Formats: sequence, C-alpha cells, structure tokens
Amino acid sequence: MFEIGLAHYLIVAAILFTLGVVGIFLNRKNVIIIMMSIELILLAVNLNLVAFSSALHDLVGQVLAMFVLTVAAAEAAIGLAIIVVFFRSRGTIAVEDISQLKG
Amino acid sequence: MSTALIFYLFAGLTVASGVMVVSARNPVHSVLWLILCFFNTAGLFLLLGAEFLAMVLVIVYVGAVAVLFLFVVMMLDVNLAELRAGFLHYLPLGGLVGAVLLGELVAVAFAWSPGKMASSLTRAPMPDLAQVSNTQALGRLLYTDYVYLFQAAGLILLVAMIGAILLTHRRREGVRRQRIADQVARDASSVELRKVPSGRGV
Repeated sequence: MFEIGLAHYLIVAAILFTLGVVGIFLNRKNVIIIMMSIELILLAVNLNLVAFSSALHDLVGQVLAMFVLTVAAAEAAIGLAIIVVFFRSRGTIAVEDISQLKG
Repeated sequence: MSTALIFYLFAGLTVASGVMVVSARNPVHSVLWLILCFFNTAGLFLLLGAEFLAMVLVIVYVGAVAVLFLFVVMMLDVNLAELRAGFLHYLPLGGLVGAVLLGELVAVAFAWSPGKMASSLTRAPMPDLAQVSNTQALGRLLYTDYVYLFQAAGLILLVAMIGAILLTHRRREGVRRQRIADQVARDASSVELRKVPSGRGV
C-alpha cells in the first residue's frame, strides 16, 4: 500500500485509458470532447512508457514517450483544423452529420 | 511514506480530472479539467524521475495543445444542450466496455513481471542521477542513436503545421490585398508621364 511500485502507475494509466475510451462512448455527438478523450488515451500510453522506463532502468521508453507526444500534438493540430473547416462549411460539429468529408 | 502520499495525491487528482473531462457539461470546463489532468500527470512523471518529460508535458500539452483546444471550443458557436443529448443513453454500453477494459488492464498490471532476460536486454541503461541529469542523458540518447527519428518527428510537426495552415486558410471576397510580386514586377512602361496644364487638370 505505501510501497509505490510499477503496478500502481500501471493502474493509474489503465484508469486514464479506460476513461478515454468511455469518453468516446458517452460523448457521441461532440467531436471536440472525443478529441480530448483521444488525448487522455495518449497520455495514459505516455504514463505507461515512462513507468516501464523507470522500472526497467531503460531510457528508451522516455525517448519513445517523446515521439508519442510529438504525434499527439500534430494530431491535435490537424484534427482541430479539420473541425474548424467543417464547422465553417456546415455550421455544426455533431458527429452524425459527418457522414461525408466532401466539402 | 511521503512519496506514497504524494503519489496518491497526484494519481487521485489525475483520475478525478479525467472523469470530469468526459462528464463536464460545458466543453470549456472540459478543457480546463484536461489542463489539470496534464499538470498532475506531469507530477507523476516527476515522481518517476522523468524530469524532462514532465516539463515538456507542461509546456507542450498545457501551453500549446490545451490552449489550442480552448481557442477552437470558444471559436465555434455550438449548441451545448443539443450536443449533450444521448449521454445517459450510451452510459450502459460505455460503462460495460469500460469495466471490461479496465478489468483486463488491471489484471495485466498485477500479473505482469519482467522476464529473466529483461535486465540484460536494456537498450540504454539509465545513468546515475548523481552524475548525469535526466535531461542530459535523454539529450545524449536523442541526438546520437535516435537522431534520424528525432528529425522525422520534426518533419511530422512541420507537415502538421503546413497542413493546419492550408486547411484553415481562406481567401475572403471583397478584400483588396497587397500583391508584392505585382508591385515589384512593374517597369517604366506602366508609368505614364503627362504634362498637365495648370488650372485645368487632366
């Protein structure tokens, strides 16, 4: 209980990951919240990588976590740009209206 | 003992703010809870000894990604009540999938233990923190063994930047813009000199 080991961090990351997945299920209409849920999932993956890196004394996990962070930032930028363009042409961001990407 | 307390503080706040991100009524509140979640995860990273990543998380995620989300949420004028519809409708299915997923992940976390070969397969052993800081060790690794991947990450960010600009850039109708190329390309033939008699105009 008071000895914090790898399993503790893994469980926190597992809860965060699950929250992200459940968030996608619950907010079926709002694309922005879905993207935030994806950020939560990527954050959980990062936490896993860093926890394993620390537990196994291997720095490569942290390098990999940095690359995940880069991809997450790029994904957020592109995704939000697509949402802005979509909102301009349709006036809505409800997911069920996004049945075709053709402008 | 104190480490455990700090861990539970950060972990509890991370999970609580994660819950609020997916359940907050207002998307702006969601983004603010997301920022709190990032901050507390940075705290967990610090506890794990990944100081550089903790700072990068605060700078990149809180400073850039979350603020980007905030801009977009505030820029789009969306009907909040309409977007919330169906929240309770999907709760049973979402809860079921979440419970199964969480059960499996926790089972793996408890059952997992490093293999016998794990310590001999370490790719980049973590140096002694008393001699080399985490940032220094990470930089040494990133600029030597992983320099090509580092460049590729930079390229990905460049492509993302150009893509985002290209997607959101638009030409407005009815706005006169300065065309520098046309101005520079003018020569003497485009200028006409006329003698204007005084008092009469052109």
